[in-house]
Amino acid sequence: MNLAFSEEQEMLKKMARDFLTDKFPKTVVKELEGSELGYSPELWKEMAGLGWMGLVLPEKYGGSGMGFLDLAVLLEEMGKACLPGPFFSTVVLGGLTIADIGSEEQKEKYLPKIASGEMFFTLALTEPSAQYDADAIETKATADKDGYVINGTKLFVPDAHIANYMLVAARTDEKAKAEKGISLFIVDGKSPGISSSVLKTIANDKLCEVVFKGVKVPKENLLGKLNEGWSGVEKLIQRAAVAKCCEMVGCIQQALDMTVSYAKERKQYDRPIGSFQVIQHYCADMATDVDGTRLSTYQAAWMLSEGLPCAKEIAIAKAWAGEACQRVMALAHQIHGAIGVTIDHDLQYYTRRAKAAEVSFGDASFYREVVAKEMGL
Amino acid sequence: MDFRLTDEQEKFRQEVRQFLEGEIKQGLWQPTCDAWIMGHNPEFTKRVAQKGWIGLTWPKEHGGQGRSFVDRLILTEEMLRYGAPAACHWFADRQIGGAVVHYGTEEQKKELLPMILKGEAYVGLGMSEPEAGSDLASLKTKATEDGDSYIIDGQKVWTSGGSRMNWIYLVARTDPNAPKHRGISEFFFRTDLSGITIRPIEDITGGVHFNEVFFDGVRIPKTSLIGEKNKGFYQILNQLDYERSGMERLMANYPLFDALIKYTKETKRKGKPLSEDPIIRPRLAQLGIEFEVGRLHMYRIAMVMDAGRAPNWESAMSKAYSTAFEQRLAATAIEILGLYGQLPPQSKWAPMQGMAYHSYLSSKGYSLQAGTTEVLKNILALRRLEMPSQ
Repeated sequence: MNLAFSEEQEMLKKMARDFLTDKFPKTVVKELEGSELGYSPELWKEMAGLGWMGLVLPEKYGGSGMGFLDLAVLLEEMGKACLPGPFFSTVVLGGLTIADIGSEEQKEKYLPKIASGEMFFTLALTEPSAQYDADAIETKATADKDGYVINGTKLFVPDAHIANYMLVAARTDEKAKAEKGISLFIVDGKSPGISSSVLKTIANDKLCEVVFKGVKVPKENLLGKLNEGWSGVEKLIQRAAVAKCCEMVGCIQQALDMTVSYAKERKQYDRPIGSFQVIQHYCADMATDVDGTRLSTYQAAWMLSEGLPCAKEIAIAKAWAGEACQRVMALAHQIHGAIGVTIDHDLQYYTRRAKAAEVSFGDASFYREVVAKEMGL
Repeated sequence: MDFRLTDEQEKFRQEVRQFLEGEIKQGLWQPTCDAWIMGHNPEFTKRVAQKGWIGLTWPKEHGGQGRSFVDRLILTEEMLRYGAPAACHWFADRQIGGAVVHYGTEEQKKELLPMILKGEAYVGLGMSEPEAGSDLASLKTKATEDGDSYIIDGQKVWTSGGSRMNWIYLVARTDPNAPKHRGISEFFFRTDLSGITIRPIEDITGGVHFNEVFFDGVRIPKTSLIGEKNKGFYQILNQLDYERSGMERLMANYPLFDALIKYTKETKRKGKPLSEDPIIRPRLAQLGIEFEVGRLHMYRIAMVMDAGRAPNWESAMSKAYSTAFEQRLAATAIEILGLYGQLPPQSKWAPMQGMAYHSYLSSKGYSLQAGTTEVLKNILALRRLEMPSQ
């Protein structure tokens, strides 16, 4: 056992931190959150230049062939920086899924464009029921002579407003059991019949409503096997959950660091408030939650990286992280006092993102059920 | 980064499991909660010693196995999982042997370590006093030099293992004129000397691992001093890091957890097993999650120790976390059992041998001994987060 990052991972971490601190001060984050696009084309190009979009994609397709654990390092820093934009949807949801279950032709066609930063991808999975279960998929894909026709409404689709392609989960066999009749499609985001609108959300993270009305998809855009798409969806939800945990680690580590340094500086009753035991104990509780999140997250990320079965470890990480983040942010606010609830203070970026992360890709209740099954209950 | 145990470590875990399962199968003992501190079984300790499982991490030249702290964690994890009666050797193995290895003279090592390795040293920990709890440095028990001896006078309380001990590890004041942290020394000596009176304290479970110990002119040889005179407080801070470092904090009531899962699967209410009840099921899963997070804290500590550093804030963090966990586990068990939860082990109606009742009551003490949760959070704030003390 060894819990340390490799030298290369340390270098990646430092490079990411330096770049993100320099290029994404909260003034920029604020501007991008409020902008229509939600990302900066110039900074996206710079990130692509650093090789981030292809970091975890195979070298054969223009990537660097690094592992999920390396991506975890990067995601933690992105969480720390509150990075806005379509990195998560393009790389974690799109790129890794195509790399996992795409055909050779699909990989050759799409992955190099993801690695180079030329294309945005996203995942259109959840629907108005807002559940991550197979029976929540009601969107239909009906076969016709050239391919498929998709009809339905997807909700909470990240970055659909700019996505070149969406991976769409749709029902292709209505008679089969919920898990047995779902297929995945790579759908051109500009196809006729798609209309999307950005939702106003707590994290200003460009989640969209996407309506599919008679959207035609060519046969070759079926991703994975017909009617067997759910296993791919399950795997992508798992990857996304761990990736989200990595962002959450960065998020709450930063909230802890900000809070401790504020408690050291802020004086009341002629002494730093950080010298009061009640504040110290709050901070100790925060640190314990941060470390628990870090340990369980990296365990899951390492197992994913190694290709080991880890449904239980992923469930533990996401269930824990979701609730730990809320405890950490609650105490961060309590210690920051009134200044922390002002819109111009940095803390609110973390509060909003932690809340969005808690409910994304499965909340604690969802994963407690997974753990219950794994425990043999 | 690598969360995997080595093949040897996995094999070692299997070996320990087989040994313990074999013992249970032969009916040599029953798994119980808190057996690491309340289960005194000299024969079991002897058998553990014969396996070479006492002093596992000590250097080979002192009779140990020179193995890693992760190895030792695996051993203790399995002992706790099976609720094995390891109380006779636990303190000596966990912290006293290590202190002798670290601070003892060559003569002390030769005399004391073989005895510990053979499982013959039942050690009591003489630290707290009526007026010195969390503020240990204000202790008053005196050790006065007199020729080749020290004379001990005073009183200890909450002395764990006191009623079974044949040796005591004692912290006493050797310089009453020095600032309070700088006049304390550590001693290790037999308890069959005249002038020692032991009075057991019954705790709320009915158990008696706590004791009052009175010292009235007890003469001990000077060679009982461990480490440097008047530096005892600083030695003990380091030893406490080790005392807090172990799996017992997380797993003291693991047999209850195991039994509770079995019970909820086998007990039906309204035609359905309790494990499928929409309120009970997620609560058990949450305990499972908290347990696994706690385990990761523990393995981190073992790795810190294997890297040659005392696990300072890490063990403060994990002990505070783990004792809160064991209290939640016991409280949840009682809630699930409902009216049955209030029955003690002696009751013929008590489910799970009354483990929930016992554990609920016993777990109240573990967030106090070896550093209260409040002291541990202070340590975390001051040493990990470097917050100001004033």
